[in-house]
Amino acid sequence: MISANLSAIFYLISGILFILALRGLSSPDTSRQGNYFGIAGMIIAIVVTFLSVGNFSASLIYVVTFLLIGGAIGAFIAFKIPMTAMPELVAGFHSLVGLAAVFVAIAAFLNPEAFNLGVVGGIKLASLIEMSIGAAVGAITFSGSIIAFLKLRGIMSGSPITFGGQHFLNLILGIGIFILIYYLCITQSANIFWTVIMISFLVGVLLIIPIGGADMPVVISMLNSYSGWAAAGIGFTLENTALIITGALVGSSGAILSYIMCKAMNRSFVSVILGGFGADSSSSNTKEKQDQKPVKSGNAEDAAFLMKNASSVIIVPGYGMAVAQAQHALREMVDKLKKNDIKVTYAIHPVAGRMPGHMNVLLAEANVPYDEVFELEDINNDFANSDVAFVIGANDVTNPVAKTDPKSPIFGMPVLDVEKCKSVLFVKRSLSPGYAGIDNELFYKDNTLMLFADAKKMTEDIVKNLD
Amino acid sequence: MEIDPFIFRLSIFILSIFIGYYVVWSVTPSLHTPLMSVTNAISSVIIVGAIIAALAGSSESIFDISSIFGFLAIVLAAINIFGGFLVTQRMLQMYKKKKDKKK
Repeated sequence: MISANLSAIFYLISGILFILALRGLSSPDTSRQGNYFGIAGMIIAIVVTFLSVGNFSASLIYVVTFLLIGGAIGAFIAFKIPMTAMPELVAGFHSLVGLAAVFVAIAAFLNPEAFNLGVVGGIKLASLIEMSIGAAVGAITFSGSIIAFLKLRGIMSGSPITFGGQHFLNLILGIGIFILIYYLCITQSANIFWTVIMISFLVGVLLIIPIGGADMPVVISMLNSYSGWAAAGIGFTLENTALIITGALVGSSGAILSYIMCKAMNRSFVSVILGGFGADSSSSNTKEKQDQKPVKSGNAEDAAFLMKNASSVIIVPGYGMAVAQAQHALREMVDKLKKNDIKVTYAIHPVAGRMPGHMNVLLAEANVPYDEVFELEDINNDFANSDVAFVIGANDVTNPVAKTDPKSPIFGMPVLDVEKCKSVLFVKRSLSPGYAGIDNELFYKDNTLMLFADAKKMTEDIVKNLD
Repeated sequence: MEIDPFIFRLSIFILSIFIGYYVVWSVTPSLHTPLMSVTNAISSVIIVGAIIAALAGSSESIFDISSIFGFLAIVLAAINIFGGFLVTQRMLQMYKKKKDKKK
């Protein structure tokens, strides 16, 4: 058994290793090393916990067994999961962190002696507040992530579910949780503790159901942040530095990602939370427009001809590309173009995938070198000097309306200046509007050639025509 | 007058938020997905609480109510730890530079 001071120092070390793990992600070169730092930090924290409890009772073997069971399940999932399903996986993992936080809080409430928090019915006031906040945030994270998971998986419809007085109800429940925690502190009643957790589960569900599919990147980041705050709450209860540091890191990380995602969609955080986006009401007016304007459409041969005679091509991939599983065919196409000494780069909008950085992972999986992939602000000026923009599976993020029409719902959203290219190839199945439910003006520009087909099929056909 | 240890923990917490703020802004946007999966993994350090709870059962009653919750939390957190780190590793392995590939 090691002293409390010594174990506190080890927890600090593991917290520092976690900071280094995140620091490593500043570049792909250092990122793998960063991940090892994270693993080392985790091993230290777990070993030190075993040593500090010291009393290796009969439970030890069970603890190790359960640890390995969980580990085996986790490892299995990690190797099996396709990269397109990363958003669901992360949402699912968030729910587990949330539920684990709830369980630890319950265990601490039922057996406070084990954590030096006092006795049953006489738990220290500060600890009681910390554990109920940890449990409440954990419960919200759990049920919220479950809903996000179901929506991303398509088990539940991605369209927002709203009803009258929804936000008022959330507000009441939120205030109710605080009032109950106050009474919990006075009475130490287990029933109130359970009620707080139950209401928090309900709040998590109510918070996420009104948020539409298009806002999912924000939701995942937000739940990431919540899972961090839940961990920090438990960290305060357990007086554990590693948990407090980690909780703060994860909490701020998720908050920053939410902010980045909101900015990329030009949506305020509040309006995302209030939800309802994507429940389109203006589609009637877009249909009229479609009838009036002429569209130029072409086939794979035209597209191949255009690209063969270009000297630079910018690829603009979107989630539709991943859905069609076109990324490998796309890379084949790019390889052919490169053989003809055509400069090819990729332009990625921050919300191109369904979670922050999702598109980068999908391209990396298709063996696209990461130094050919550029973020919006780094590449947007290059469109004017390029010959062809190849838009595949993206839509709203290329819509020039965001720059020109103040009445458009996406006005002000940063978009890729695709229309500045000499010619634009737009792979799409039909003229239907994207997530935001608005018509894309790009379809009707003189320099746009629409390629109506499935993204994978079209790309494969272009590859054939490039020979 | 002595300072409540809570204040020290609060200081660590607040300073860590600042560290997190600056460290996360320096993460390259192309690695935001691995960032989320790795933060997921490290937030499962909550397993330390679960282990304490699970080990607290006496030898006569290894599975009392409180330690059962501990055991359940161990499984959940372990799924996250192994799953989170391994899937991050899998993703990071895929990020390659142009040069590596051509040779």
